[in-house]
Amino acid sequence: MATEVLMPALSPTMEEGTLAKWLVKEGDEVQSGDILAEIETDKATMEFEAVDEGTIGKILIAEGTEGVKVNTPIAVMIEDGESADDIAAASAPAATPAPEAAAPVAEAPAAAPVAAQPITPVVAADPEVPEGTEMRSTTVREALRDAMAEEMRSDDTVFLMGEEVAEYQGAYKVSQGLLDEFGAKRVIDTPITEHGFAGLATGAAFGGLKPIVEFMTFNFAMQAIDHIINTAAKTRYMSGGQMSCPIVFRGPNGAAARVGAQHSQDYAAWYAQIPGLYVAMPYSAADAKGLLKTAIREENPVVFLENELLYGQSFDVPVMDDYAIPFGKARIWREGSDVTIVSFGIGMKYALEAADELAKEGISAEVIDLRTLRPIDYDTVVNSVMKTNRCITVEEGWPVASIGNHITAQIMERAFDYLDAPVINLTGKDVPMPYAANLEKLALVTTAEVIQAAKAVTYR
Amino acid sequence: MAARKSAPKKTAKSNTSKEELLEYYREMLLIRRFEEKSGQLYGMGLIGGFCHLYIGQEAVVVGLEAAAKEGDKRLTSYRDHGHMLACGMDPKGVMAELTGREGGYSRGKGGSMHMFSKEKHFYGGHGIVGAQVPIGTGLAFADKYLDNGGVTFAYFGDGAANQGQVYESFNMASLWELPVIYVIENNQYAMGTSLQRASSTPDIYTRGEAFGIPGEAVDGMDVMAVKEAGERATEHCRSGKGPYILEMKTYRYRGHSMSDPAKYRTREEVQKVREERDAIEHVRELLLQGKHTSEDDLKAIDKEIKAVVNDAAEFSKTSPEPALEELWTDIYA
Ligand SMILES: Cc1ncc(C[n+]2csc(CCOP(=O)(O)OP(=O)(O)O)c2C)c(N)n1
Ligand SMILES: [Mg+2]
Repeated sequence: MATEVLMPALSPTMEEGTLAKWLVKEGDEVQSGDILAEIETDKATMEFEAVDEGTIGKILIAEGTEGVKVNTPIAVMIEDGESADDIAAASAPAATPAPEAAAPVAEAPAAAPVAAQPITPVVAADPEVPEGTEMRSTTVREALRDAMAEEMRSDDTVFLMGEEVAEYQGAYKVSQGLLDEFGAKRVIDTPITEHGFAGLATGAAFGGLKPIVEFMTFNFAMQAIDHIINTAAKTRYMSGGQMSCPIVFRGPNGAAARVGAQHSQDYAAWYAQIPGLYVAMPYSAADAKGLLKTAIREENPVVFLENELLYGQSFDVPVMDDYAIPFGKARIWREGSDVTIVSFGIGMKYALEAADELAKEGISAEVIDLRTLRPIDYDTVVNSVMKTNRCITVEEGWPVASIGNHITAQIMERAFDYLDAPVINLTGKDVPMPYAANLEKLALVTTAEVIQAAKAVTYR
Repeated sequence: MAARKSAPKKTAKSNTSKEELLEYYREMLLIRRFEEKSGQLYGMGLIGGFCHLYIGQEAVVVGLEAAAKEGDKRLTSYRDHGHMLACGMDPKGVMAELTGREGGYSRGKGGSMHMFSKEKHFYGGHGIVGAQVPIGTGLAFADKYLDNGGVTFAYFGDGAANQGQVYESFNMASLWELPVIYVIENNQYAMGTSLQRASSTPDIYTRGEAFGIPGEAVDGMDVMAVKEAGERATEHCRSGKGPYILEMKTYRYRGHSMSDPAKYRTREEVQKVREERDAIEHVRELLLQGKHTSEDDLKAIDKEIKAVVNDAAEFSKTSPEPALEELWTDIYA
């Protein structure tokens, strides 16, 4: 029986890709394991192998086609004795996608909460950027790489170290091109020994270098957390100010898509607790770039929390020789008068989407991106709440001792009399991240929850 | 005690019975077909997240399970499907966990990397590289404490062998003479990093020497050599002499996970191993050559396995998603 070959999903977040090249032609016989085609995603070019044996009866999608959705039939395989003519009727391209394919396609966007959604194009005025500066659309991934490259060009003591950062170009391709430009002395692949290389890099910082340590994800930084907290963060204090530790610990943090409990968690509140550390958690590409440049120049240890699901998102980044953003300054993404929404990192996606929806219903939300969690820009938050009299906070981490709890306490101390409703803290649910698609959706904070909370505090 | 290399390369074929060989063939084939199907379901979006296939390494778990006794324990990394099938877990339950359904071993909450079966003494499925090594050492500690004669197989990769906790475990296991077999599945790569680029020594089995743990390198593509090494190791552990290290020289045919473009090695390198060292082909040839097995006999097995795997796939698609209340259960006892 003729079977359709479907456009494969090659990564947890892939929804579509480019069918770059066919390596077989109609009439070719293939064995399980033979490469059929090369498929490009935003991260990489992948070879796509045949699973079953058979003959390529018909190629349905020509090479070079972009934006081919996962599960679209791309070819038809026939078995011995069938002819390509028989299949014309049996499987007209995309007429009936394989029935089992229908469900996962519908589920895919939920599994990858941010993929392929346009970002609200509002970029709030940035005091660091002179008026009239050219803007260039850049992914968060590229922005991070550009920040590292710029700082490495201007300071020879800056180097990058981590698992798969050099030859593989980064597990999430953030360090793409850095090995080529800076060589193996400064872009260093490590063995899988997080505790060891985090400690080693901390020692190198004491020894006069400026290390950037990439954790493949922050889940693995838990192997190394002793050096981040007990060594990097505290040594300046313990040495009576003699020793500083100029180091950046960076990598993806927070929930990814469908990777289960050990690979999906947000450490923002954990690190934000530690005196001696700075903690940055950008949302946009411009902030990723500007904050990372500042982090690398810092004399203090910085924990820099990125997000895998945001890496592929594009934002406008100012084209400037030196775009560094100071720590401790929030960005107001959207001004409003009815309710203040405070968030950071990927929480901003839900906050901004909710603000759009709320505007349609006549509720004007002011949306604040904290950008750094240590230091925190309390003034911007408090001033906003004094204006709107209502506040909700949005983050992906767990509810107990969350950043939102802390912000709420500050508001209570400094603006209690201005509040017209209790502050609501929206967070991830108080559970380990489940794998099942339906449960994972429930565990995460959603735009709908933000809208609902905004309505609750405005009594609508 | 000194580390040593396994004696002659291909061993003991003559005294392995036809029945035994057929059993190895069946079990290895089940793993391979199961993994191929998993890859297919992943491509269709039915499996999400990370999915690490075991194709190429089948002889390791099948050979060692043949050396294990009822009650022995095992645990491994995220590359765990083969270990589960080899210790007798139900392919349906494993596949349904991959699709995140109620019928899965963790009722859909664990996923590909996190599955367990108390009944089959399978202690996971661990996502953090190296973390299973002290845990396995602890299982052995419990066995010794309870004096139940059990042995634990703690599997980990060549990359994991560089984690500090591995050596902390070696020290304690040797100090307290714990019945644990450290099985290093050296498939030559940790994601995109080859062993040479990550390890100061090419021979991982020697890394127990400083702790007095005997180790041997084994041809992990030869199921009989694996079984024999497993017997030596279990015998050592059961006789109260403490831990043992087996470095299995093996190879993974597929990418590290589904989203690995695998640019760090050539197609030819993979093809060469497939053609010259494939564990299943090896047993197949032995069966056809000297053991009075016909192509038809093997075809019948192929068919049988295909049916088992198709059933598992079907079950994994039709088993419902977990009930929404499940989000809140199983957090505390
Ligand atoms: C502590 C930790 N660091 C990094 C990772 C990411 N990671 C997952 S698998 C892997 C490679 C492991 O290679 P190896 O131990 O050789 O096992 P194999 O995948 O070859 O079976 C890495 C770096 C992780 N899961 N945990
Ligand atoms: Mg390996």
